[in-house]
Amino acid sequence: MLAVIDRIGEMVATIDAGEELPAGDDSALIAALQPGAEGPALPAVAAGDIKSTAAPRTIRLSVELLDRVMSGVSDMVLARNELARRLRESTGDVAVDGAFERLSGIIAEMRDAITRTRMQRVENLFVAIPRMVRDLSADLGKQVLVDIGGGDVELDREMIEMIRDPLTHIIRNAVDHGIESPADRIKSGKREIGILSVSARQSGNQILIDIVDDGRGIDGKRLVEKAIATGTLSTADAAVMAPRERLALIFEAGLSTAREVTAISGRGVGMDVVRSNIERIGGTVEVDSTLDQGTRMTLRVPLTLTIIPALTVSIGSQHFAIPRTAIEEIVRANGGSVTLDRIGGAGVATIRGRRMPEIALADVLGLESAMADEERTLVVLRPAGGDVYALAVDRIHDHEELVVKPAAPAVMATGLYAGTTLADDGSPILLFDPGGLAEQGGVRLEAQERAARVVEALGQPAKARELPVLLFRGLDGGRRALRLGVVDRIEEVPADAIRFAAGQLRVQLGDSILPLAGVEEGTVFEGKVRLFRLSDGVSEVGYAFNEVIDLMGLTESLIPAARPGAVSGVALIGGEPAELLDAHWIFAEHASGRAGGKPSICRLAADDPWVQNLLRPIVEAAGYLVIDETTELAADLTIALEGGTEPSDGGRTIWLRTEPEAAAAGTRKDSIYRYDREGLLKALKAAGASR
Amino acid sequence: MNNLLLIVMIAGSRVALPASAVESVVELDTLIQVPRAAPHVAGLSALRSRVLTVIDCKRSLDLGTTARSADGSIQEGVVVELDGHHYALLVDVVEDVVEALGSPTPLRAAMGQGWERASLGMVETEGGPMLLVDVAALIGGHEQRANAA
Repeated sequence: MLAVIDRIGEMVATIDAGEELPAGDDSALIAALQPGAEGPALPAVAAGDIKSTAAPRTIRLSVELLDRVMSGVSDMVLARNELARRLRESTGDVAVDGAFERLSGIIAEMRDAITRTRMQRVENLFVAIPRMVRDLSADLGKQVLVDIGGGDVELDREMIEMIRDPLTHIIRNAVDHGIESPADRIKSGKREIGILSVSARQSGNQILIDIVDDGRGIDGKRLVEKAIATGTLSTADAAVMAPRERLALIFEAGLSTAREVTAISGRGVGMDVVRSNIERIGGTVEVDSTLDQGTRMTLRVPLTLTIIPALTVSIGSQHFAIPRTAIEEIVRANGGSVTLDRIGGAGVATIRGRRMPEIALADVLGLESAMADEERTLVVLRPAGGDVYALAVDRIHDHEELVVKPAAPAVMATGLYAGTTLADDGSPILLFDPGGLAEQGGVRLEAQERAARVVEALGQPAKARELPVLLFRGLDGGRRALRLGVVDRIEEVPADAIRFAAGQLRVQLGDSILPLAGVEEGTVFEGKVRLFRLSDGVSEVGYAFNEVIDLMGLTESLIPAARPGAVSGVALIGGEPAELLDAHWIFAEHASGRAGGKPSICRLAADDPWVQNLLRPIVEAAGYLVIDETTELAADLTIALEGGTEPSDGGRTIWLRTEPEAAAAGTRKDSIYRYDREGLLKALKAAGASR
Repeated sequence: MNNLLLIVMIAGSRVALPASAVESVVELDTLIQVPRAAPHVAGLSALRSRVLTVIDCKRSLDLGTTARSADGSIQEGVVVELDGHHYALLVDVVEDVVEALGSPTPLRAAMGQGWERASLGMVETEGGPMLLVDVAALIGGHEQRANAA
């Protein structure tokens, strides 16, 4: 047997080398494989023929050593930060600054490299799956084909260990509950072999792991019935639940749709643990399922544990950090869409119709704060394994990437903190644990999110759909607004970071150079320049501005611009007219190198935030130029939500429905469920090809 | 026997800390409060890019709070490492390093409540007998108390 493998290896090596296959005699090997033919050493391969295959040079290192190096590098980064601060304080010597810059660069590079050494291929996690599935399916009398992809995606070693159990659990569930027995599968018109596909891919600084089966899916209605029966859910709440929320019930403790408990799963403990385990490491679990078609579970986990993007806030004079993964949004307490109430002494915030408990950080911590409730800023947090609540802080400062270290036991005992870190100015900062904060603040997590949604659902028709926009003053003083979805963050750069290079204005931000928009010709920069970092997911553009006015909801109708340009139209925002910028135009104009043939044109409803923020990127990624109803261009394709008006001009139309099942009354046969990404992409592709 | 002791003043008493446990003696400047932490945790401070958890020894021994100098700056702290975490023990004064002349022996006289908990016994030094204080007990403070109760 081994000889066969040797022979194959030899052949592969030869093919790699581009040589013709030697007319080797394989018959001896084939003969050896015949039953009963065990025995004599095979002379087929002469020792000299074997080419030494160039194996990558590797060494084994103990994990402990790597951890020590990693923590050494973290210390180095912190030491560098401190040195940077000291250098800023003393008078600048150019030579010293230069040397320091070089040192900084080297340290950053080293940190990257060390971080990579901690990375492991997800393959390590995946290798055990086929075996496990085979054993499971054999036990259950099912036939399951495992399809594994993306094993070369790399993930922090610690992370891999953290997601091993949840992943195992999900796969067990899929095989046990998801995939039906061969007989049942044939009855429902499927192939008798079920397919379970597990794949990983990287998206930004997150890793997505999809576990997809083509089994019977999750019955949302049954889940709801169960939840009502166990008292987790009230009948009234159940009535207004969206299908997705119903599916999310599987993450509630004590619920299972399995009719009987099996040896493998179905005891109703599990998915809640899966979720809390994943959320503990800053990840999320999503579930999507169509009855009788299958289930898709998506795990999203951050790349690494040690460097956490965080938001720094302050109470009085003291700073704290909040992990950014837990933050849903940030609103001003005195903003138009926010009301604060005191109900029985407890704070309740209503943000755009969504009700949530509100706690003041100053009260939780017992710190003095002179600020009135109304002047505070609310940070909407979603802690791991819990539901949203609003945290009132005095001031929001900055986004920072913090190297987090565990705090001393005496500090951790408070239950409020997740660790400590050093800010750029060298002072220690405490990092909050959002879940602990809520607990200490007396917020009861779980089960209240649905109540919050109810308000939302009931309040929706009354409130027009608001498009969140960032209102700001441009460099020329004009009131402008940008869709919040495209603003990645706000940066401040020294004027000399902006240069005219390679045909357009560019700004240097850290290690990257972005095209800069929002600047009139001949503008001279002085001092500091603030800019938005806009992102379309692929490329980034800077947009210079003067000051941010506020975060607003755009409800008034947009008066379109006379001709396409950087401004897509004018609208009343906050009682005064403001120009709404066309992010697409900005990217088309400034983002580098994505020209090419004339794209197909797709018409999308401009006033629907779902369409604009979720659908539009997909359509654009599929190579379409997106226009709205107001643009006078013949569209090749129109995507409309069901219940909308029939488009007037020619071209194809794709209808989207909000219900996963097509059977519901009043839906079209040919419509696509709006989260059926594959179906949508297929339709987009087909429409593009038929042009 | 080369057993060095660091003599410090806590709550007006001269006591000894095992010098082998002590990394350095620093002057703490800024102190960041840790709200809701156990009372003997005075706060956090930074030392050469490391975070120090500052322990108020007096508080830990239930002997009151270490007075902070009026301007809130410069205070002597003894840096120790315990279970991978770095701590600074706030003491009144750091005096000297002396050599222990023998192993610690149990002290049979009745000690004050706070001291009893943190005592490792009495050691002979050239300057007379000295109480040897357990660093872990100082840091543990609250938990120790809870466990004892």
